[in-house]
Amino acid sequence: MQPDTTMTPALEVTVLVSIGRHPVTGRARRADQDARGVELARSLADAEVSLLHAGELAEASEPALRGYLGMGFSELSLLEQPEGADVLPALAETLDAAMPQLVITGERAERGEGSGLLPYLLAERLGWPLVSGLAAVESVENGVATLLQALPRGQRRRLKVRLPAIVTVDGAAPAPRQSAYGPARRGTFETIAGPVSRDEAWAEWQVQPARKRPKRLKIVKAASARDRFKAAAAKAEGGGGQVLTDVTPEQGAEAILKLLREEEVLR
Amino acid sequence: MSEIKRRDPRKEWIARNRLHPQHLEVLAELGQGAASEWMGPNGVLRRNPHAIGFIGPNGIKRIDRSGAQQGVAGAGAATSTVVQKPLVEIDEPAFSVLVVPDMAGGRLSGHDRDLLGLARRLADADPEDQGAVVAVIFGPHKETSFGEAGIDRLLHLDSPDVAGYAPEARLGALAVVEQAWAPRHWLLPDSKLGGGEMGRRLAARLGERPATGVWQVEADTEVPSGWRCTARGAAESVDIQRPLPRVALALAECAEPVSETRHAAVELALPQPLPSMLSRIEDLGQVPVDPSGVALSEAEFILSAGNGVKDWEGFHHAAEVLGATEGASRVAVDDGFMARDRQVGATGTWVTARVYVAVGISGAIQHLQGIQTCEKVVAINMDPGCDMIKRADLAVIGDSARILEALVSLVEQAREEKRDAA
Ligand SMILES: Cc1cc2nc3c(=O)[nH]c(=O)nc-3n(C[C@H](O)[C@H](O)[C@H](O)COP(=O)(O)OP(=O)(O)OC[C@H]3O[C@@H](n4cnc5c(N)ncnc54)[C@H](O)[C@@H]3O)c2cc1C
Repeated sequence: MQPDTTMTPALEVTVLVSIGRHPVTGRARRADQDARGVELARSLADAEVSLLHAGELAEASEPALRGYLGMGFSELSLLEQPEGADVLPALAETLDAAMPQLVITGERAERGEGSGLLPYLLAERLGWPLVSGLAAVESVENGVATLLQALPRGQRRRLKVRLPAIVTVDGAAPAPRQSAYGPARRGTFETIAGPVSRDEAWAEWQVQPARKRPKRLKIVKAASARDRFKAAAAKAEGGGGQVLTDVTPEQGAEAILKLLREEEVLR
Repeated sequence: MSEIKRRDPRKEWIARNRLHPQHLEVLAELGQGAASEWMGPNGVLRRNPHAIGFIGPNGIKRIDRSGAQQGVAGAGAATSTVVQKPLVEIDEPAFSVLVVPDMAGGRLSGHDRDLLGLARRLADADPEDQGAVVAVIFGPHKETSFGEAGIDRLLHLDSPDVAGYAPEARLGALAVVEQAWAPRHWLLPDSKLGGGEMGRRLAARLGERPATGVWQVEADTEVPSGWRCTARGAAESVDIQRPLPRVALALAECAEPVSETRHAAVELALPQPLPSMLSRIEDLGQVPVDPSGVALSEAEFILSAGNGVKDWEGFHHAAEVLGATEGASRVAVDDGFMARDRQVGATGTWVTARVYVAVGISGAIQHLQGIQTCEKVVAINMDPGCDMIKRADLAVIGDSARILEALVSLVEQAREEKRDAA
């Protein structure tokens, strides 16, 4: 399936894709969040979606990039950057020239520093608004997009943002479709040259495989051994709650309602 | 107990006469301190080592050296032993450490407190060069223990344009703070949305390269800032060791929360009004989501049913009206009233709800384990002595069906009134 380009006022969408890392085997793969971003872009009505990757085409990473092509694309723009380069200037320049309406990225990369800073830096540099943690794009009308942002605890928030904008998607966005083998083989890479800047700070830092974080111990600060023993042997107890006995159901319900209101869980 | 003190001259006399056979008992009764020590007639302190301690439940003499000897605890004298932590006031700080807590639900979260603990470490490292911890909070809040959490100065911004989801306005406010106080460190919680987002925006605006996912900070004299940090990178698969930059986004448990001191939490004001700016992001508010679609472990508000629920129709209706996710005790699940994936507890789901309403649940230890991290627990139960009542912040004793019914009608009534008013 080719992106439909016959519709005239097509929404130009660029998805920034990166090379992921399988959490168990460590092999290169489609980055999960980026793939979700591609899926989100594909679900937009009359959008013209293009893929952009900044990096080099190495033997190990090619299958991962082809994974994105297999989601229904005939080409992927490859902004050539050596390993360990700071891709921000090149990306900003390319996006500035292409002027898409919407740029979709993942929340954090699965390789390298993975600080999740790139979309924010791009937004700051291009002067575009940024919305993070997207779950869905509801509609795009007259240069204003209505978005659904994923909040913690399964909640959603509706936002309106003026385009052009950068949005990031996370695990709450719809799961990506499978990559089809044929289109993945046939797809081509269109290489673009860009300015290269070295990431010097990164080279100075010490990077090692993640250590397991120590578990926090429950430290009881008490003056005497007796208090420490009592604290260690005590049953977990709430800090002496309020108990309403001999109340009518209505009074009880009122007290509960008051607490629910205070905690703002009632909508 | 009545506050009127009644004197018994005979007992007082026995208490003065240490040779009286009932002397010890009476002393214990009057609670006049240990009978093991008294001032002798010549002004010499006399001790009776045999009088120390008390006879334990199995007839063995126990000596309690904590100072709170049980045998002689005064009956009427309810000694108020609220230990005040020492108050630390910092008048002329050499620098400031700025913290922007998440304030999820209007309170300092555990993550926020850990972060404030880290801020205190950075501020207090050198007594010659004492810093102040300044917290910036946005919007209304319900927190009362800012001082206990280690905050020296508090900047509370509560104008309508920073309320709700207003990242651009908040960023503008933080930029003003940066200009006004030029803090040495900016610390934000690396949480989803909240601090994680704000911190990245701030770093991009200030042109600083932040450390994200910081979980360890150590002093290091070789780097200019004096601190080095360990941060998680690449989808949690690597640790990055680097000097601590000015802006750091830290994970939960990055430091111990402040526990030994109180701080002043003096209110600050911005030196200049906030710049008004055109927001390109408009917040249309939260969207109602189907609470039954939310995973139990993530749900914010759970209405949980146990063996004490008889009217299941009424329970499901209440959950729907309140907009709560349904949970259940094992008995309710085993009896087939609820699905297995709704079970809360040791062999079910460990929930993290902010509000957990336990309807007719006795509070077996296996169930209580599952609700350890819940903030507010409400119990509706017939039995005032059950364990769930001890755990609950609010307990209502009564029949669950009738209380739920009353609650539903109250909520519906309130909604009706709101609709009429609108
Ligand atoms: C290995 C093991 C693992 C277990 N794991 C779990 C687990 O993961 N989760 C779990 O929940 N349990 C678990 N259990 C079971 C647990 O020990 C208890 O049996 C169970 O939690 C009790 O459920 P309950 O409180 O609903 O029932 P009950 O103990 O029967 O309590 C019913 C309560 O409802 C009250 N009540 C009765 N009628 C009314 C009324 N009309 N209105 C209001 N209140 C009323 C009663 O006063 C009583 O307090 C486990 C047990 C074992 C042995």
